[in-house]
Amino acid sequence: MSKITRRNFLKSSSAAAAIPLMGSTGNALAKENSQLTDTGIILDYPETIVSNSSQLAVNKAISFNYPDNSSPCAVIRMGHVVPGGVGPDKDIVAYSILCNHMGCPLNYDATTRTFKCGCHFSMFDSEKSGQMVTGQATEDLPRILLSYDKASGDIKAVGVDGLIFGRQANVV
Amino acid sequence: MTQKIKDRIGLPPVNAQKTNMTCHFCIVGCGYHTYKWPVDKEGGRKANQNALGIDFSKQVGSLELSMTPAMTNTVKDKDGQAYNIMMVPDKQCVVNNGIYSTRGGSMGSLMYNDTGPSKERLKYPRFFTGDDWVDFDWKQAMAIYAGVTKRILDKDGADQIMFNAFDHGGAGGGFENTWGSGKYMFSALKTKMVRIHNRPAYNSECHATRDMGIGELNNSYEDSEVADTIMFIGMNCYETQTNYFLNHALLNLQGVTKDKRKKWFPKESIEDSRFIFVDPRRTNTQAICEQTAKDRVLHLQIEPGTDTALFNGLLSYVVEQGWHNKKFIAQHTSGFDDALKTNNMSLADCSKATGVSEADLKKAAEWAYKPKASGHAPRTAHMYEKGIIWGNDNYKIQSALVDLVLATKNVGRRGTGVCRLGGHQEGYARPPYPGPRPAPNIDQEIINGNGKMLTVWACNSVRTTLNAQRYQAKIIQRSNIVREALIQSGGGLSTEQMVDVIYDAVSNKGGLFVTTIDLYPTAFAKLGHMMLPAAHPGEMNLTSMNGERRMRLSEKFMDAPGIAKPDCLIAAGVANTLKDMYQAEGNAEMAKRFEGFDWNTEEDAFNDGFRKPDGIDSQGGGTGSLVTYERLRAMGNNGVQLPVKEFKDGKLIGTEMNYMDYKFSTDDGKAHFLPAPWTGLPEPVEKLRGKHKFWINNGRANHIWQTAFHDKYHSFRTERYPMAPIEMNLADARDMGIESGDVVEVYNGYGSTYAMAYLEPDMKPGHTFMVFAYFKGNVGEVVTDWTDQNVLPYYKGTWADIRKVSSMADYQKTVSFKRRRYS
Repeated sequence: MSKITRRNFLKSSSAAAAIPLMGSTGNALAKENSQLTDTGIILDYPETIVSNSSQLAVNKAISFNYPDNSSPCAVIRMGHVVPGGVGPDKDIVAYSILCNHMGCPLNYDATTRTFKCGCHFSMFDSEKSGQMVTGQATEDLPRILLSYDKASGDIKAVGVDGLIFGRQANVV
Repeated sequence: MTQKIKDRIGLPPVNAQKTNMTCHFCIVGCGYHTYKWPVDKEGGRKANQNALGIDFSKQVGSLELSMTPAMTNTVKDKDGQAYNIMMVPDKQCVVNNGIYSTRGGSMGSLMYNDTGPSKERLKYPRFFTGDDWVDFDWKQAMAIYAGVTKRILDKDGADQIMFNAFDHGGAGGGFENTWGSGKYMFSALKTKMVRIHNRPAYNSECHATRDMGIGELNNSYEDSEVADTIMFIGMNCYETQTNYFLNHALLNLQGVTKDKRKKWFPKESIEDSRFIFVDPRRTNTQAICEQTAKDRVLHLQIEPGTDTALFNGLLSYVVEQGWHNKKFIAQHTSGFDDALKTNNMSLADCSKATGVSEADLKKAAEWAYKPKASGHAPRTAHMYEKGIIWGNDNYKIQSALVDLVLATKNVGRRGTGVCRLGGHQEGYARPPYPGPRPAPNIDQEIINGNGKMLTVWACNSVRTTLNAQRYQAKIIQRSNIVREALIQSGGGLSTEQMVDVIYDAVSNKGGLFVTTIDLYPTAFAKLGHMMLPAAHPGEMNLTSMNGERRMRLSEKFMDAPGIAKPDCLIAAGVANTLKDMYQAEGNAEMAKRFEGFDWNTEEDAFNDGFRKPDGIDSQGGGTGSLVTYERLRAMGNNGVQLPVKEFKDGKLIGTEMNYMDYKFSTDDGKAHFLPAPWTGLPEPVEKLRGKHKFWINNGRANHIWQTAFHDKYHSFRTERYPMAPIEMNLADARDMGIESGDVVEVYNGYGSTYAMAYLEPDMKPGHTFMVFAYFKGNVGEVVTDWTDQNVLPYYKGTWADIRKVSSMADYQKTVSFKRRRYS
């Protein structure tokens, strides 16, 4: 059982968002240091179980809060491999659901599998790492970085790639 | 500097420097503030610890904040000191009230930083030496540039010195820079061989409406808040004039401004407002409006190029119903009867030509022109853009539209107006253009082998012209003649000898000496011989006006990269070099022509042009002298709407709406109807339609600004669109085995280009839409050489065939191909 260091985790996550943790019991984001890595993600994040792969139905958004209770997020199993996907089928992704344009709540549209903002009409593709389809944000939708524990099936949130709306830093 | 931090932003401290900035991208010109502070002096999270006055120790609420990583950057001044900057929307600016678009919101991160997206910015003049580009100082660059200019001017005359030049505001423009460049080209050189950045001649995109006495920017954004009906014609303002739409027009459709309408017009019946879209394409703007109020949105989905028929049919029907304003027509206009006769078209014929049902034509006429329950004529604003400007005969469509507007008196009343929505901001102050109308087609002159020297000024006109493939081929061929001459010269040449070699190549061998003046080494620059580095807002003080004539001062807050300079000072540098050269040879007469450029700053250029309006063409009108930098600075991001009426109590007082006195911009003060008969498509375009399967409509997309001069280096853009996308109908594409992400070739007899297929359910069969002026794919290459009577292109009017060239697994894997219309 290899413990993944914060730095290694973030380096690998820049390419593939997250990697499965084989029965990890430690904190995937061990608070070793706050040195900037090539991901641009520098803060120390909590590790929070957000769901279990056995409980996630395909194309159904499940709400959770991360990294604290003021930050609503959603986790979705897409049913096929997607960039950054974790879990047994590399198909589970999660995002902040405060529009990173101006903070309105995003709705998940299961038909198009996009997150949509009713305020200024931005749309983000849940199957393409939160890429903005059209809209007025200046970055793609912040992704919640996930890890998957094969033994238990737990899906854990371990970091955030992108700045959550309404914050100077993701970890307040 | 290191990899940008993605999950944290440094806050400006309370004492951070704060300056005004008008977004320098689209015409709307949203107000921003720039904060700047030393990198080691970050502000704290408490409201009283940061300059934004916001408490970041807890989650900030929705709509209370506009602050993203893209609004931040670290810049260095010439003294080597590093500063953090943050460019955030101004809540107090009446244009945007704190809202931002994806373009403007990225301004901060696009300021020069030697490791950021803007790292390719030009820092020094560059000269092509045969196998590489080398940097020069201004003195050497001017010696060559002015040396070649002088040689050609002396031996061949000014008409052999040609320009492709900006004429607008915002980045690559502004009153300072249009004046500096214009004074050099028109007063000093006296050349008429100039074309504008996006078209092949020196002409207006709005000749017709101006000839009729109505300047094209005649209302305020607020008028779209209080209109009963807005007819949107050939535009897509959610994507291209975003905060005009989100912060003004849409509020009207949503009913947010209904109380304001009742207050402004207390005697009139006020119903829920209605939007009419005239466009062969269902745009995202329309899709969003349908989400808001489907039953109050009407789509007149005309056949391509049939706008004139539509307006003529509506005019005839409106007059038949007696909904025109006879008193206004009699008192304030001329030419109505002739226009009505010439434009006459039955609803049946109109329906046949446009493909719109008679029922929808009637519905549109009722929404826009039928008297309201209170008996008042509806207040209908007509807002148009490139569907008309780059449409089937610019002059004729605009005439037909303004005829309809005049007949129904939808100008000069609040809540009305007939306005272009615009592309760039405006900022025009130049001596009168010395050439005729129609002006010479400069691109055609170049293709024909004319012109010895071409300066491409703040534009990338291989991407923004028609018949572009032939044009580009000629530029390459003629430029290479000069390159070859320089390579074969053997080296060791003095500057004077180098000028001799260049002059021989352009005079005796058919060459063309090409210089670009720009922020970046553009596609055009790479074909040429010399690049001169320019500055943009923030690196210089710059004034522009937006689509409601709102003038603001964008303040300098950082140094330009290297020795880059504002365009007006580059112009002054050339003029002063020429003056010195003529003085040195004792030619006082010629030296005098190049006098009057003794400017040290961009403000000197502003004071020399905009503030001295007599005898020049200025969008400030005759009262420009009332405007100073100091006064504008005090007016902040709300500025003043031109023309300025007076300076009173420390404030500049402007004009919200033009023509409220019904005195129009003509010699007799009357608005002039113009005849505009419907005559179908131009012959070369009609021929293409008969031969090729797809209509290649083209225009802008939300993410991309202009020729993508910044965007092509900005990963947020290039990951979205790694090459120019073309929207296609699903069945059309699949019939040819084309899937989203495939590279396709678009080709006809004029040329061929490439694009990334993007399958969209909203596209009609046989229709496509390709992003204009992007990189890796240039739609101008398949656009015909047909122009209207004033040499305005019909960019939107071309047909071509499409074939699949390649699958691109990476595009399919990384690019979203979800439907771009909000649903």
